[in-house]
Amino acid sequence: MSRVVLIDSGGCNIGSVRYALQRLGCEAPLTRDPELIRAAERVILPGVGAAGPAMQTLRDAGLIELVRALSQPLLGVCVGMQILFEHSEEGDVECLGLLPGRVRKLPSSEGVRVPHMGWNRLRVEAASTLLDGVDSGDWAYFVHSYGVQASDAAIASCEHGESFVAVAQRGHIAGAQFHPERSAAVGARVLANFIA
Amino acid sequence: MLSRRIIPCLDVREGRVVKGVRFRDHVDMGDIETLASRYRDEGADELVFYDISASPEGRAVDVRWVERVARVLDIPFCVAGGIRDVESARRILHAGADKISVNSPALERPALIAELAEAFGVQCVVVGIDSLRDDDRVWRVRQYTGSPDRTVALPKPTLEWVVDVVALGAGEIVLNCMGSDGVRTGYDIEQLTAVRAVCPVPLVASGGAGAAGHFVDVFRDADVDAALAASIFHSGALAIPELKRQLRAQNIEVRDVD
Repeated sequence: MSRVVLIDSGGCNIGSVRYALQRLGCEAPLTRDPELIRAAERVILPGVGAAGPAMQTLRDAGLIELVRALSQPLLGVCVGMQILFEHSEEGDVECLGLLPGRVRKLPSSEGVRVPHMGWNRLRVEAASTLLDGVDSGDWAYFVHSYGVQASDAAIASCEHGESFVAVAQRGHIAGAQFHPERSAAVGARVLANFIA
Repeated sequence: MLSRRIIPCLDVREGRVVKGVRFRDHVDMGDIETLASRYRDEGADELVFYDISASPEGRAVDVRWVERVARVLDIPFCVAGGIRDVESARRILHAGADKISVNSPALERPALIAELAEAFGVQCVVVGIDSLRDDDRVWRVRQYTGSPDRTVALPKPTLEWVVDVVALGAGEIVLNCMGSDGVRTGYDIEQLTAVRAVCPVPLVASGGAGAAGHFVDVFRDADVDAALAASIFHSGALAIPELKRQLRAQNIEVRDVD
């Protein structure tokens, strides 16, 4: 049994997340095997691309209900985080509904370019073990065009033109809009907290 | 607030980092992983690797070094060179690159940009543009610049091409101003400002950095999102921590270095 597994959601940052875990001494297999996922102590749902294809991949693999029924800690990354919410405006897709909130296109304006691409500051909104050692003002790397403006589950936010959810957590379900695998020491800290 | 990014560019040829002046006369700069790790430690915000031999030779990037870089790096990186279809892009992204950049093949077949955006999302798709001002003062794009013998001047004005590629699905543009590349007299503010005015996605300035003040100028005057440079960093003429100190002193938001 693997302690940590990565769900193969077809996104292209899967390799990077796996290497980031390896740098922390954690060997996490990439899988769509329901038994491996159910048996893991921690489950990570990575994702780059769009919410629709990510949901479709889960559906084709017969994993939608399985992911909804997981009771161990689950961490979604980027699009993997977005599909934990109720709905995504990107392709008008019903998502997993594990976190309260809806994913919308980030508004662009003068000087506010979309995609939101680069390093931005986190603002910690609530204490959590996931963000242990992460402080407001710490830098994280974001690349996305969609986001959740507000959620009762937000534990950290970020600002690009307007505020959006950077990290969300409710019970055993968590998600990071930024890329911990590409956010240097801050990202490594979040991943280490998750697998601890 | 989103910080301005500093991006060392590593030109790769046959698995080694090289650097030329005005895209010619390439000199060996060292081992890819060693240089990548050094820049990460110094506070580079992102790295770009251009496989400069791939496109003119009609072959795709060797993904083995991409995977080695992905294992050691914990900052984002982009790979460019000879990507001419969705499958070769997929191999590079799956090897661990965060973004892929297309240049000459997108000029051969602009639909490539749309295919990549559809397959991976616009945030993965960077379009590199090599641009030079012609005698009639119009900036136009160049193709196959990795090899001087094959470089072609195209009739396409750069500003038109920028609008085209954004409409097709480019998530970021790297503008290589060839007239200033490698000569360290500063970024081409005039050209970058003109491109900025028609570019709604992130814009990366490339070509001409010779001093910290050039970065201040390009962020303040051309409002670019990121500045890319090679020889000024590779030669040791400017260290990234010192550059970031100077940018911060000018109230330009940059990521703190640990």
